[in-house]
Amino acid sequence: MTLPVLVAAALFAGVIAYGLFGGADFGTGFFDLTAGSSTRGAELRTLVDHSIGPVWEANHVWLIFVLVTWWTAFPTTFAAATKTLFVPFLLALLGIVLRGAAFAFRKYSGTLAQARLFGAVFAGSSLIAPFFFGTIAGAIASGRVPADGNGDLWASWLTPTSLFGGVIAVGTCSFLAGVFLTADADRSGHPELASTLRRRTLAVGLATGAVVFAALVPITRDATTLSDGLTGRAAPLVVISGLAGAATLVLVFMRRFSPARLSALVAVATVLLGWGVAQYPWMLVDEVTIDDGAGADATLVALLVAVGLAVVLVLPALAYLFRLTQSERWTLR
Amino acid sequence: MTPLLPVMAADPAGLLPAREQMALSLGWHIVLACFGVAFPAMIFVMHRRAIVRSDPVALGLARRWSKVSAVLFAIGAVSGTVLSFEMGLLWPGLMGPFGDVLGFPFALEGLSFFVEAIFLGIYLYGWDRLPPRLHLLMLLPMAAAGVVGTYCVVSVNAWMNMPTGFRMVNGQVTDVDPWAVLFNSGTLLQFAHMWVGAFMVVGFVVAAVYAAGMLRGRRDEHHRLGFTVPFVFATVAALLQPVVGHVLGIRLGQTQPSKLAAFELATTTEQPAPLRLGGLLVDGEPRWFLEIPKWGSFIARGSFGKPVRGLDTFPVADQPPVNITHVAFQVMIGIGSLLALAVVVFWLARWRGRDLRDNRWFLRFAVIAGPLAVVALECGWIATEVGRQPWTVWHVLRTTDAATDNPGLWWSYAGACVVYVGMTSGAWVVLRSMARRWRAGEEDLPSPYGPQRQDA
Ligand code: HDD
Ligand code: HEM
Ligand code: HEM
Repeated sequence: MTLPVLVAAALFAGVIAYGLFGGADFGTGFFDLTAGSSTRGAELRTLVDHSIGPVWEANHVWLIFVLVTWWTAFPTTFAAATKTLFVPFLLALLGIVLRGAAFAFRKYSGTLAQARLFGAVFAGSSLIAPFFFGTIAGAIASGRVPADGNGDLWASWLTPTSLFGGVIAVGTCSFLAGVFLTADADRSGHPELASTLRRRTLAVGLATGAVVFAALVPITRDATTLSDGLTGRAAPLVVISGLAGAATLVLVFMRRFSPARLSALVAVATVLLGWGVAQYPWMLVDEVTIDDGAGADATLVALLVAVGLAVVLVLPALAYLFRLTQSERWTLR
Repeated sequence: MTPLLPVMAADPAGLLPAREQMALSLGWHIVLACFGVAFPAMIFVMHRRAIVRSDPVALGLARRWSKVSAVLFAIGAVSGTVLSFEMGLLWPGLMGPFGDVLGFPFALEGLSFFVEAIFLGIYLYGWDRLPPRLHLLMLLPMAAAGVVGTYCVVSVNAWMNMPTGFRMVNGQVTDVDPWAVLFNSGTLLQFAHMWVGAFMVVGFVVAAVYAAGMLRGRRDEHHRLGFTVPFVFATVAALLQPVVGHVLGIRLGQTQPSKLAAFELATTTEQPAPLRLGGLLVDGEPRWFLEIPKWGSFIARGSFGKPVRGLDTFPVADQPPVNITHVAFQVMIGIGSLLALAVVVFWLARWRGRDLRDNRWFLRFAVIAGPLAVVALECGWIATEVGRQPWTVWHVLRTTDAATDNPGLWWSYAGACVVYVGMTSGAWVVLRSMARRWRAGEEDLPSPYGPQRQDA
């Protein structure tokens, strides 16, 4: 394994972590949005507050990790991607900003009217951000970002792969969030809420699965390098992901919410990993390889030092945070 | 009169809006960032007092401050994310060639944000859930992360001012040494100035809130303590800041003489150089200033005899916009001196047995000292950044070559203005309503749609 590939692996680990944890946070927006009137939705919205309140900022930092590692390790590809995909990057950013701010504002807003406004912004923008991240992934994976960054500002991402990528991202985030919220509601003794959430989660899961199937043909045509990889080297991962996704549906259906969380994480992690494996060795598909796009060796080594520090300093702290939030004392009463 | 931000015909289409958008988002982020840097330390002092002395007033303040910090840190984090995107969206000419040179400090900065966000989550939600002393300790990693994070970002900025850690060979970047960037010689002072500045901003702003309360007649222990703790922080910072700033300025004579010339409104080289208070450059001539002989040399060079190089010794293409730089610099110095004087007066009076917290004029001043500190901070950055022009990386990369050529950037700038106005108003409305409910005796602030409040 070359040095750049090692760093790319660390970068991609960040993408997966963001996809899982950030994704689950974003997905709560869907349930928040569809929770109904202020009275009817109060219980669910309180659960959303409680579930992601302590962790969303930490989960958000994965994105910073990804961006920073990307521009440090593969600077020209970062510049090329931000130039060509200016519009989706900007819109994803808009989603992130509105969501983070509105979430904090809603929690402390003084009146119901304000809470409604901020809540709507929070929930809506939670869907905008993953959609545009999905389009960005789709554009890179389908080889729409030229090495010099002079791709068309619109045509580069208004493609089947990008648009399906966006919808799938939204669906996946919502499904993940649904599984976690259902488990939280069940664990904290809100059986009615849990069963509503269970129904919705199943619906979201089935719908997302249907979209994935519908997307297969257009994506195979539109993104040949990616689909070659997905059906070749990455095929085992795709299969595992499909199985884990189906298992999650079954577990949720059987009200086995705790194990469903694990299988949902596996399903999403393997599909992301599958994308990475399928796209290897390209950084920007069909344009720049990981080795060619890499920056100076000294910088890559330094980055690995930073990654090592993260493993030693950040992961234990993160584990502590997650353990606290899952403990009895912290459960919503 | 020379245009404020000269734009040449050959400039990339995105240049002007990119600059404006960068200035807006950085100028906004920096204020919130100050809270991320300095507020945990202040909450720590307050919270510790509550535990050690079993002081209920301090405990109430610490609880409230932690709720305020939840709002401020959230918008601080998202506004920082904006910057990470903008580095690429607005400045591909910087990030493409130099990403691997300047990126490493950002990576470490990312780590410290991780630590900050994790312990923030634990601290905010740990009230009544963690054992009190352990809970208190959760603030320490946050404060430490603030130091490391500030050092790291500022090292990038210091590198833009005094680039090292690479060589240019035939227009290509080679021999990259990221550690040299992280530990570049300019960082320590610039970091110190920024860090102390953050304590000034947060100290004076928080003190201002309680000073305003006292002016309205709320003179209870809650307000007195809420004023005093941040004011003590602000005092130490305000006294240190001119010293650090002065040393920082002396360096400029060697490293960025054209910036120094703009700071000092020096059109021609003078020895010794006077200090010009106020004034603007009109048609190439300095006008409307007050001249103090020799002091320019002292402030800029640390001695009354040394010369200050004039702008006319630099090619026109290498001169920064003089007026913005000069005015911003002087406003910073003016405010810094004023605030340092004010804290000296306060503590002298205190030593003589007079408590200025009972003096309405002093309280009025304390209320505006908060915004003044923010203005000083903004002006310091504007002076630094605009004074570096036309270079993004000093004598290596011109801003025209760093900027994107995207012609649609005015749209994104307009959008950014709307979003920042919205976020500012949102924060204002929410923080005001929190304060109002606290005054009305509601301590917990349940969410309005929460189970406790469904009847409301
Ligand atoms: C509360 C804020 C504050 C206050 C009261 C002061 N400063 Fe400052 N100053 C800053 C906040 C700041 C800053 C915003 O933090 C800057 C911008 C870049 C930096 O590192 O610090 C800065 C930059 C800055 C620079 C430019 C450095 C460069 O371009 O490399 C100089 C020379 C000074 N300051 C000098 C002073 C002096 C002599 C002060 C005496 C009163 C002073 N500052 C007060
Ligand atoms: C002197 C300048 C700066 C200082 C002192 C500073 C400091 C901070 C601090 C303390 C935070 C924590 C957020 C909070 O608690 O409010 C923060 C957040 C952030 N800053 Fe800055 N910052 C500066 C400039 C920048 C620049 C130039 C960038 C990027 C180009 C940047 C990127 C970020 C990011 C991405 C975050 C969000 C981290 C998170 O998700 O928690 N900052 N900054
Ligand atoms: C460590 C932190 C910072 C970094 C790394 C940084 C980086 C940059 C970069 C890359 C640019 C664009 C290139 C250029 O115009 O030269 C810029 C411009 C600018 N920045 Fe900073 N900046 C930092 C802190 C700040 C802060 C806190 C402010 C607050 C006001 C600020 C104000 C500006 C302004 C006004 C410009 C536009 C200058 C012009 O084009 O005339 N910067 N900065």
